[in-house]
Amino acid sequence: MPNLKDLKNRIASVKSTRKITKAMQMVAAAKLRRAQEAAEDSRPYTKRFNAVMAGLAASVGGSDSAPKLLRGTGSDQVQLLVVLTAERGLCGGFNANIAKLARQKAQELKAAGKTVKILTVGKKGRDALRRDLGDDFVGHVDLSEVKRIGYADAQGVAKDILTRFDAGEFDVATLFFAEFVNVVTQVPTAQQIIPASYEGGVVEEASAVYDYEPSEEAILADLLPRGVSTQIFSALLENGASEQGARMSAMDNATRNAGEMIDKLTIEFNRSRQAVITNELIEIISGAEAL
Amino acid sequence: MADTMQFDLVSPERSLASLQVNAVQIPGAEGDMTAMPMHAPTITTLRPGVLRVESSQGTSEFVVTGGFAEISAEALSVLAEKAIPMDEMTRAHLDELIEEARQTYKTAKEDDQPHGLVEDAAKLLADMEALGTHMSL
Repeated sequence: MPNLKDLKNRIASVKSTRKITKAMQMVAAAKLRRAQEAAEDSRPYTKRFNAVMAGLAASVGGSDSAPKLLRGTGSDQVQLLVVLTAERGLCGGFNANIAKLARQKAQELKAAGKTVKILTVGKKGRDALRRDLGDDFVGHVDLSEVKRIGYADAQGVAKDILTRFDAGEFDVATLFFAEFVNVVTQVPTAQQIIPASYEGGVVEEASAVYDYEPSEEAILADLLPRGVSTQIFSALLENGASEQGARMSAMDNATRNAGEMIDKLTIEFNRSRQAVITNELIEIISGAEAL
Repeated sequence: MADTMQFDLVSPERSLASLQVNAVQIPGAEGDMTAMPMHAPTITTLRPGVLRVESSQGTSEFVVTGGFAEISAEALSVLAEKAIPMDEMTRAHLDELIEEARQTYKTAKEDDQPHGLVEDAAKLLADMEALGTHMSL
């Protein structure tokens, strides 16, 4: 049986752990609200952008003159996996889930004889994938200094990817991130960004009658790189919201577990204290009887 | 004929304006144009410049850099990469933008990049500087 002093220390330490997890939960809740707002603010832009791109892609996409970003390189031999994760841990299965999806995909591609290259955004994803796929890393984008994800950050990532694409380093790029459903549910998602696919968007019939200034092709060439930035930006925002949501529920669980542990330890502490008292009494009584 | 149309100005980070307007002057890539209700459907890319919005509540101005505008008979959406309301715009802000453009130009020139990127960057820089004089800052 552990002695009383140890138990007391243990209870004190679990109590301070609970305080920390509670505080983290509240911080995550506040950050989640902000992240959700940011994600919602970006939605009108993304929606309109995709609608216009869908129209443009539908009218130009079929021709041979279509930009490579839309048409692809005609091969899918070299695959770039862009893995977006958090910079920090303590957010439940958030990072692990994204890494798992990316790892699965990488193994599938390798089994099919493709070459896999990995670009990580966020420290945790890099750490999680380093052991299995460390040899396939081609780069890492560090966002640990960034407090609030801005469009400029997404542009930085997009520029990195586009430079590699222009240099012919890969044929297909896929984004891995967690889609925010609600506080307890975040779905790890893979989204292909190069070659761009806008077929999902609703193509309005009116799109064919637009005048384009400059030409359709020039606009498309101008907008496709922006499209990559936009998709990365919205993925980063989704990821941000998911991370905070995951952290919030993870910390909520941790706080609850700590509470349960404190209750258990307190009962044990009281029991052993009573045992000590009983022992002392027995000693006194048997001492008195012996006289 | 309707005398107003729906105008939306959105940037990736936030939605800046959504209102009924009479006319909007757009800094198009191939020259300024003013869109009024019943305009022919047009899509144009933007150069850095000033977007002037005329509505029944008066005129408001926004500084936009890059992006595109989608004009139809009864609506106009401007999707700008960066959009800043004129009254929030300061000299320091502009200097930052110009500095950014200058950097892009410099790296583009040094790397000797293809597809006229150098000219694009040079044009961007010139546009930014013209923007400064335009705003009389």
